[in-house]
Amino acid sequence: MNLSPEVVAAHGLTQDEFKRVVEILGRTPNLVELGIFGAMWSEHCSYKSSKKWLRQLPTEAPWVICGPGENAGVIDIGDGQAIIFKMESHNHPSFIEPYQGAATGVGGILRDVFTMGARPIANLNALRFGDPKHPKTRTLVNGVVRGIGGYGNCVGVPTVGGECTFHPSYNGNILVNAMTVGLARTDKIFYSAAAGIGNPVVYVGSKTGRDGIHGAVMASAEFDDKSEEKRPTVQVGDPFVEKLLIEACLELMESDAIVAIQDMGAAGLTSSSFEMASKGGVGIELDLDQVPAREPKMTAYELMLSESQERMLMILKPGREDVARLIFEKWELDFAVIGRVTDTGRMILKKDGAIAADLPVAPLASNAPSYDRPVRMTVPPAALGDVAPAGDTADALLHLIGSPDLCSRRWIWRQYDHTVMGDTLIQPGGDAALVRVHGTQKAVAVTTDCTPRYCKADPEMGGTQAVVETWRNITATGALPLAVTDCMNFGNPERPEIMGQFAGCIEGMRKACLALDYPVVSGNVSLYNETQGQGVLPTPAIGGVGLIQDLSKAVKVAPKADGEVLILIGETRGHLGQSIYLRELLGREDGPPPPVDLAVERRNGDFVRGQILAGHVTACHDISDGGLLVAVAEMCLAAKRGAGISLPSGPAHAIAFGEDQGRYVLAAAPEAAETILAAARTSGVPAFPLGKVGGDALTFGGSRAISLRELQTAHEGWLPRYMEG
Amino acid sequence: MQAAVIVFPGSNCDRDAKVALTSSMGHEPHMVWHRDADFPKVDLIVLPGGFSYGDYLRCGAMAAHSPAMREVVARAKKGTRVLAICNGFQVATEVGLLPGALIQNSHLKFVCAEVDLKVETNQTEFTAKCRPGQVLRIPIAHADGNYIADAETLDRLEGDGLVAMRYCTPDGRVVAEANPNGAARNIAGIFNAERTVLGMMPHPERLADPALGGTDGKLILDSLVEALS
Repeated sequence: MNLSPEVVAAHGLTQDEFKRVVEILGRTPNLVELGIFGAMWSEHCSYKSSKKWLRQLPTEAPWVICGPGENAGVIDIGDGQAIIFKMESHNHPSFIEPYQGAATGVGGILRDVFTMGARPIANLNALRFGDPKHPKTRTLVNGVVRGIGGYGNCVGVPTVGGECTFHPSYNGNILVNAMTVGLARTDKIFYSAAAGIGNPVVYVGSKTGRDGIHGAVMASAEFDDKSEEKRPTVQVGDPFVEKLLIEACLELMESDAIVAIQDMGAAGLTSSSFEMASKGGVGIELDLDQVPAREPKMTAYELMLSESQERMLMILKPGREDVARLIFEKWELDFAVIGRVTDTGRMILKKDGAIAADLPVAPLASNAPSYDRPVRMTVPPAALGDVAPAGDTADALLHLIGSPDLCSRRWIWRQYDHTVMGDTLIQPGGDAALVRVHGTQKAVAVTTDCTPRYCKADPEMGGTQAVVETWRNITATGALPLAVTDCMNFGNPERPEIMGQFAGCIEGMRKACLALDYPVVSGNVSLYNETQGQGVLPTPAIGGVGLIQDLSKAVKVAPKADGEVLILIGETRGHLGQSIYLRELLGREDGPPPPVDLAVERRNGDFVRGQILAGHVTACHDISDGGLLVAVAEMCLAAKRGAGISLPSGPAHAIAFGEDQGRYVLAAAPEAAETILAAARTSGVPAFPLGKVGGDALTFGGSRAISLRELQTAHEGWLPRYMEG
Repeated sequence: MQAAVIVFPGSNCDRDAKVALTSSMGHEPHMVWHRDADFPKVDLIVLPGGFSYGDYLRCGAMAAHSPAMREVVARAKKGTRVLAICNGFQVATEVGLLPGALIQNSHLKFVCAEVDLKVETNQTEFTAKCRPGQVLRIPIAHADGNYIADAETLDRLEGDGLVAMRYCTPDGRVVAEANPNGAARNIAGIFNAERTVLGMMPHPERLADPALGGTDGKLILDSLVEALS
């Protein structure tokens, strides 16, 4: 067969990669085979630019049951229970078709988690949109939020948290990162390695249609002005079928019929079958005529590369087909034996009685290209000199708390069912969300965080800070942070400065994960987030998971009573570089990000968690974007109580809005506050009594009183107003 | 007391209903698959929330034709109590157990929030443990909770004391600002004429556990347990 350079390029392969294909096969591939190579060797499936760097991340701890490489990461939470979780991007499809792109992002990450035997118990999502003034932004926000809600609400898994920020660098490439957290039994965890020569290969779920063909290749290329013509490559989700698939798979998993199971995600049947064969070191023979198809006369090429949603591939033990078939018929899902495990080490695809493809498994899946791309490291900017204040501190607070990145996200999370399943203990709007482990006194704390502007200025410090902020958010509930998943969103890796950002962020994450005993157990890389040569801010979104043994000890951000004392933990220097204050009030995005001292971070966090678990603390909030005063204002709003505080000494605007790391605000009854302050002195932890909760206004350091109503109007106003246009 | 929860494909609050009922009754309810018309005799049938059959044709429309629902209607007509929550309320209107219909929220968005509900009467088996006019705080989560009926039906519901609860402010005022979905006359739940069937959009089973921040929903389940035991 003669394949023109254009056809090769259309499958996302370089000429060098194509030569490698010919070498592996000892002949020219046919079109089906080329399509399979193109999908498997896409950046999205092969991690060819990022592998070298990802290997540097710490992935082990005594509580890690399964690290990166499987569908999701698995950690032990005691009592024979495990938490399985992962975060994944669905950026390119969501920009092209926001509703379906975001919806199928949720569907895909749910499957990654329940395919391992877990019942999904929480969804989160980290969203980055362009400038609010950009003409597409409002439509994209609306579509993405509706898509996430439309899918998650229907499957009945609570969407409990996440983040949403805006920056012009995302104008042409929004980021939609979805995370699912599931609960499993440690003796019922399912992996994807095929095994057992002669065992049946079974297809379950929805039928295969002609949708999403080439999705993985699309997700591995830069956008240009024709990208919106790629809409037909976006898949369409059916959350109802996903719900049935969850129940059917979990029901079958109660038996011992399954040898291996894998969801069909990017590159559909191709990547699922190759990954299962490759991990098991076996061959697979598939009869594509047996694949349930949505329309007649689908070709082998289409069947192998379709990204139709809500499909799974399983290897069953011999003779268990009927047990499984009954369960899937009960749930009215397709069930078909489409092949066998073989000892040939080859993937043989038959269609209409002929061989449509014959490929060796190992070189394709494991020996995919790997690139050591040139790297130009970012040089972090010099420290800012003195920054003059931008007017009155009280006015600045009202401005900041109503700005796009700091205002209330209620408009978003009201559209997500966050209380279904009856275990959501801390709802969206706090630090980490807290979800009870069903039927126990334990709870898992979950959060996603990243500060992309920090990552742009200083990738290493930004990578560290992203990890640390999840750790802090989990700590602020009283939970012990255990492990993270990462979702690495970057521009074009063929540009050395982009690879420099990637390498820098990885290095920062590595240091933080090591220092905090907080390994990476799963993750996803999304590169080529560029339009016409403009990359997004480097965005290594981190999803953190922690555990609290006794949920009655957890705290929220709202102080419980007037008269409680607010205590600032951690040192306040007034670092304004890369702060929201600098950007929103002075129109500057410069300076270095606030430094993170990992030893201090750990000391302060462990202290705060200890005080919470000892029962001294009534509320706790970490200090992040917007600084101290924004954190206190958020606590007042959550409690519907005012507060009167004094600020530590220094220039008021820098002390109030600087984004120094490693800090928390605690609330405690007066007597407990004395205990906390004394303990802090003993432990060498900086602690500063800020003032007291009470009244219906926030006052600080001689400022005018800001009424709760004023604060609330500012905080709740922007997003609904913006969305109404 | 014995209870059954009907499970449709796409139900997603069936487990929540089971947990809350178990807590109130002291034993588990029967979980009845939608194809099963031959389930044990029970005192209470719960139609749970969710997206039965994906809600694809119209919310509750396809569930209304399942074998289990035909049996539920037959038993309801003989007096078996039915608590129809959210999607279950939609199903109950589709099969004619309750008048009116639930259409898309007036703001066209899904809404998940805790709302305040004024209990209109405590002279029923569903609300006996509430004080007259008590304001309950219970979550809602729906895209189609906008209750409609013609004026005559609404007048009859009100005149006969068949409005079970209305959306209100925390201090019990039934005003437009407290209406989360555009429901006619702020109606959140209604009874059938015999007050043996209650349909409500809010989810009492989601706030029946102190760890979740409240137990107002438990008042409804506990009322039923006391009346039917």
